[in-house]
Amino acid sequence: MSTPFYVSPQQAMADRAEYARKGIARGRSLVMLQYADGIAFVAENPSRALHKVSEIYDRIAFAATGKYNEYESLRIGGTRYADLRGYTYDREDVTARGLANIYAQTLGNIFSSAAEKPYEVELLVAEVGETPAEDEIYRLPHDGSIIDEHGSVAVGGNSDQIGSYLGQRHRGEMSLGEAVRLAVEALSRDSNGSERELTADQLEVAVLDRKRPQQRKFKRVLGRELAALLQRPEEQAGTEAGAGESGGAETSGDPEGSGDSGDSAAGD
Amino acid sequence: MAANSHHQGRLPAAFLRPGSSSFFDFLTDHAPDRLPGRQALPAVEGAIEAVHGTTIVAATFDGGVVVAGDRRATMGNMIAQRDVQKVFPTDEYSAVGIAGTAGIAVELVKLFQLELEHFEKVEGHVLSLEGKANRLSTMIRGNLGMAMQGLAVVPLFAGYDLEREKGRIFSYDVTGGRSEELGFAAVGSGSVFARGALKKMHHEELSERETATVVLQALYDAADDDSATGGPDLARRIYPIVSAITADGFRRLSDTEVGELVGSVHEGRLRLPNGPQAPVL
Repeated sequence: MSTPFYVSPQQAMADRAEYARKGIARGRSLVMLQYADGIAFVAENPSRALHKVSEIYDRIAFAATGKYNEYESLRIGGTRYADLRGYTYDREDVTARGLANIYAQTLGNIFSSAAEKPYEVELLVAEVGETPAEDEIYRLPHDGSIIDEHGSVAVGGNSDQIGSYLGQRHRGEMSLGEAVRLAVEALSRDSNGSERELTADQLEVAVLDRKRPQQRKFKRVLGRELAALLQRPEEQAGTEAGAGESGGAETSGDPEGSGDSGDSAAGD
Repeated sequence: MAANSHHQGRLPAAFLRPGSSSFFDFLTDHAPDRLPGRQALPAVEGAIEAVHGTTIVAATFDGGVVVAGDRRATMGNMIAQRDVQKVFPTDEYSAVGIAGTAGIAVELVKLFQLELEHFEKVEGHVLSLEGKANRLSTMIRGNLGMAMQGLAVVPLFAGYDLEREKGRIFSYDVTGGRSEELGFAAVGSGSVFARGALKKMHHEELSERETATVVLQALYDAADDDSATGGPDLARRIYPIVSAITADGFRRLSDTEVGELVGSVHEGRLRLPNGPQAPVL
């Protein structure tokens, strides 16, 4: 019997991380941003049936990129965990922190177990609070680490570039329409700097809306409602094109009644 | 045990296993001790003293269905609670009213609500009304052991069928036997009297408001002749719970709305204590 080659633990872990990262980078990106009334998720996803963003519990949503079967099983596991916990104790006792923790343990275990291949997924777990300050957002990379995020975050292939684009332009008090348009702008920039056109049917958009009267705050934004959100009022386009470089100048676009009317039209 | 929610390690394998979209099945498989009605009971003589809920009525109208229940819970001769809630929304387009052992019934409703929500979240679409009614059937059958010891739960399930665009009512027996009721239905100790009233007053041309009045009349008659059913408590302003399910979803009528209807029913009864009279022929 031949002696196996010695591989240092560092090398083994680096190889596994490399493997997972490559898998994730193949997937299309997904962004999440806080806006005035909640948290919005925007993903490039041509499929109507295979979702990247889903509801977990009353105030908690789950978003993922990477390998579908792997994050789907984590999503179902998380739903079972949340429902069992809510059933055993109370609906209030289901928190994003608890869920993120259990995902981190699961991913970490799988990542370091020699018997399993690492999951090629990156997850986001978000909980919408009563106020923007109480919103909780956790990002969970493939290795089981857990990162507390604020404002905006991007995961998936090309996430660094998209994340920094968002970071420069995102404001917490944005309306849903502004947030979604910014997200689409960020997603449509390719790594080589060129821009693609993303239409409503290539996008998956969902929100955790703290203003929603129902107990369950998660809602998908579909069809006409999404098209209305994506519609950019002409004057606003002018302001933002001018403000594109300076970033801070975007406040001039704030009293845009037109953008708000677009949102309310989408609501009915 | 692995099912412990305090468990801070990774998700147990059962959580990640693909398969059923049913929370009830998951619980049966993973933590059967948490299901209501699964404990083996010691043999006892006679019925166990436990809180009982009483009369539930439902009636359809053009465009939906109304479900209502009185507010009394009894324990033997005693009134255990005056303002108990026995009608619950189970999801956006359905509701369940429960008669029988309150402790088990409330737990069963909680599990049923969760069952529908869980399916919706996992599958991404809602169960058909027929599917929901069947799930409830299975869950009641799971309680058969308890039912045979006198701790029975008998629900009335009603909902708006989005496919057929009409309100539908399903009634059950303790063994989980399910039957669809046409027009109206009643369960619980006062159901005999309520059904008699519904029979004489209900017809399909009624509006939502008229149907709500009819179910209130039926509950009034049930309370009139059944000591375990509570009539509207005008002094304390405790009125029956009335909810309507239409294409717009579940809506519980506010206390003000029900109070108005109860007021006019009560006024009518001051003139005709036995309620409205049906023509002889």
